[in-house]
Amino acid sequence: MQKLITNILLLILSVYLIYWAHSHLDNYTLSILNNIGIFAILALSYNLINGVTGQFSLEPNGFVAIGAYTAALFLIPSETKMDMFALVDPAPVVMQMHAGFLPALLIAGVTASVIALLLSFPVFRVRGDYLAIVTLGFGFIIRIFAMNKPAYTNGAMGLNDIPGNANFLWIGLIAVITFVTMLHIISSRFGRAMKAVRDDEDAAIAMGVNTFWIKTVAFMTSAFFEGVGGGLLASFLTTISPDQFTFLLTFQLLIIIVLGGLGSMSGTLLATILVMGGMEWLRFLDDDMEIFGYHTGAHPGMRMVVFAILLVIMMLFARKGLFGDKEISDTVRKRIGRRQQTAGGDA
Amino acid sequence: MSQPILSVENVTMRFGGVTAIDHLSFAVQKGEIYGLIGPNGAGKTTIFNNITGNYIPTEGRIVFDGKEITGTKPNKVVDLGIARTFQNIRLFKSMSVLENVLIGYHNRMHYTYFEAIFRLPRYWGYEKRIKARAMELLEEFGIADLADTEATALSYGNQRKVEIARAVATDPKLLLLDEPAAGMNPSETEDLSIIIHKIKKDFDLTILLIEHDMKFVNNMCDRLTVLDYGENIFVGTPADAIVDEKVITAYLGEFKHA
Amino acid sequence: MDFTTFLQQMINGFSLGSMYALIAIGYTMVYGVLRLINFAHGDIMMVGAFLVYLAHAAGLSFPAAVLVGVLGAILVGVLTDKVAYKPLREAPKISLLITAIGISFFLENLFNVLFGGVPRAFPAPDYLTQVIHIGKLYLPTTALVIPVVTLLILAGVLWVLYRTKYGMAIRALAFDIPTVKLMGINADGIISLVFALGSALAAVGGIFYAISYPSIDPLMGIIVGLKAFAAAVLGGIGSVTGAVLGGFILGFTEILVVAAFPDLGGYKDAFAFFFLILVLLFRPTGIMGEDLERGRF
Ligand SMILES: Nc1ncnc2c1ncn2[C@@H]1O[C@H](COP(=O)(O)OP(=O)(O)OP(=O)(O)O)[C@@H](O)[C@H]1O
Ligand SMILES: [Mg+2]
Repeated sequence: MQKLITNILLLILSVYLIYWAHSHLDNYTLSILNNIGIFAILALSYNLINGVTGQFSLEPNGFVAIGAYTAALFLIPSETKMDMFALVDPAPVVMQMHAGFLPALLIAGVTASVIALLLSFPVFRVRGDYLAIVTLGFGFIIRIFAMNKPAYTNGAMGLNDIPGNANFLWIGLIAVITFVTMLHIISSRFGRAMKAVRDDEDAAIAMGVNTFWIKTVAFMTSAFFEGVGGGLLASFLTTISPDQFTFLLTFQLLIIIVLGGLGSMSGTLLATILVMGGMEWLRFLDDDMEIFGYHTGAHPGMRMVVFAILLVIMMLFARKGLFGDKEISDTVRKRIGRRQQTAGGDA
Repeated sequence: MSQPILSVENVTMRFGGVTAIDHLSFAVQKGEIYGLIGPNGAGKTTIFNNITGNYIPTEGRIVFDGKEITGTKPNKVVDLGIARTFQNIRLFKSMSVLENVLIGYHNRMHYTYFEAIFRLPRYWGYEKRIKARAMELLEEFGIADLADTEATALSYGNQRKVEIARAVATDPKLLLLDEPAAGMNPSETEDLSIIIHKIKKDFDLTILLIEHDMKFVNNMCDRLTVLDYGENIFVGTPADAIVDEKVITAYLGEFKHA
Repeated sequence: MDFTTFLQQMINGFSLGSMYALIAIGYTMVYGVLRLINFAHGDIMMVGAFLVYLAHAAGLSFPAAVLVGVLGAILVGVLTDKVAYKPLREAPKISLLITAIGISFFLENLFNVLFGGVPRAFPAPDYLTQVIHIGKLYLPTTALVIPVVTLLILAGVLWVLYRTKYGMAIRALAFDIPTVKLMGINADGIISLVFALGSALAAVGGIFYAISYPSIDPLMGIIVGLKAFAAAVLGGIGSVTGAVLGGFILGFTEILVVAAFPDLGGYKDAFAFFFLILVLLFRPTGIMGEDLERGRF
């Protein structure tokens, strides 16, 4: 009961903070917060399939792309579409796609999650780690389609003039909803079954768990929020093109969930802020540097080299990340518990 | 005699060139504790895997509760009422004792994914009721005080109890135990046999168990089958088994190898 | 499509299939011994091709540059295993996979930083790019050289795998690592051998690819790697002969489908993906594979 009240108070506080930030902070700060919020949504949902369920997947860039394009097509008004599609006329369906902001986000999420369902059949019915390679391939296929179906995607030029409804109020709220949803899943029979699949799939099956469905449900849930996140991204950026959804996006999210701890949602939140901040801070690596009077020249991509090394080092020496698969509150509680115990022992 | 709850009929299991089970037949009656013994590599674990659907027999049938279950998917076999433990304990290592047992109740919690996400009343109802039941079950095994401990931090004997409790949680009619007393000291073994008798009574179970320890088998089993090289070389009571010539030879063979 | 065009396309398919086959072998062997999808394998192929380019630019003759490329790829492949994979043999599978993707991303970006993302012309010598006429057929020499060299290499690899004790050990390892340890085989040495062999073949495949296209860039390994992996699954993951077969089937299909339906040209990089999906749906063990994933209890 006490826990319930604390949780409700925390929820009210975070909603109030989001509202306060939305109405008081300047645009530059808000755009940083928006970025963090969207990445948090993506990383939290990515952690469900990778961290909680233990199924290595590389899907985010593909599903974010699907969500972004779907939402964008539903949000952009018809006249704008006619003007924008330069290579070929938009397909008739494209001209019929209209929806409000929230419905468009929902449709984006559902579309991504239906595709996840379709991918589940080839991937989860067999043992082996085919999910990773299939989702990696899927990210490329989506790009190939985006380039080759200009009647739907406007090809390499992408879509622009997407109505920018996504402000921090929406993004922050949806991030909170994603966080709470993930926690609710984890502490239900579904989340327990997902963890069981991660720990020992054969033993989970021996408990009567239909592990195919559990994996599929986790994957579809991740995809749903990645689709929604993609829709938010499209509306936040107002322009999208195939080049934004490369593997780089997935890689950043992977770094985040590994740092936060595979399976730890609060760890993921903290890691999102750290990694996004780190990316900004390490920007100097890509620029020209002067070392002992020598100029190194600009090296776009240097940061990614550093982050790749960081990822490997974390895997080799700090596999559990910041919080392992536990939530921050559990870790704190354990610490306090231990301290009280020692205190009691002294008395 | 009434219709057996489990009958293994002429089952053969080959792995490539290895014949692990060779035309094996035996039947287990409802309510008995049936033993399966035999030297290392005799095929005991393999026949368990045939029953649970982990391995599909090359030949033969397996009938449970009057229905053929040969080749049924392992998770469906659990739904039909057969639960198992593993020879090398396989607990969920990131979970507490209670959570391990709750996995056993997975299919008895009938709330949906949406009810879980939105925390609707059915979610709370099932979670509360099933958690109470899980605690009672742990009570029965004498490990309720360890409910919140990480399962793999327990002693070997207690881990074995968690694994059996987890299997009982799936509400089976038939419980398959693969060498439950292996690696235990005499007092732990004693403790375990009391518990097994108790849960058998309380949950109305039939038990099929694999064991090496003859003493344990003697005071546990009503009847047993002795396996050697995948073949059934003896069926009867433990008392008759230890004086049977074929059985003695099979076990002597093992000692000679060792 | 008249007969000459058909023949021409078959020869192209044979070349392309050769490349996929060479790269697929590395995937399938590493998967066999470690149950690991080595995401960095496609990038090893890129490293091989790049080293040839750099060695040639530094003044080496083409054959010498090829030697540098192959040896360099072997070094990178074996080092990857020693530094990044070996410490994780007992770790959860997902750690190993994440490490592999980290290495892949590292190699791609390192080469991007060092040499830029702009494609570079590959210095294929004239005797490989000459076009020769046979009747109505116009063929670059490579179209003949690639399949012949590939077949020779494959014969060599199969000989090693099936006729030497090292090959025997590799195949034993693919089925059961603990038993191999008991039998007193140096498992780590054999795993290094697998990485060396796979990387060398990938480098050769990369060089063929670079000659045929004829340019290289730091990301060239991604798509080719994905296709070669699909070929390995199609053939039956774990099986070397399967990987070769899968590589050729994929090469021929890709060429023939594009020849028959030019409209689909833009999607040619997507075929491998659909192949992979179909194989997983209908025959996950591939053409020649065994079920390596069956749990043991
Ligand atoms: N998955 C498998 N693949 C190949 N052979 C197997 C497999 N599982 C079991 N075997 C073989 O089948 C035979 C029987 O093994 P099984 O594990 O059933 O013996 P067991 O009677 O349980 O022995 P133990 O007392 O040592 O547990 C052995 O020769 C074993 O090597
Ligand atoms: Mg056994």
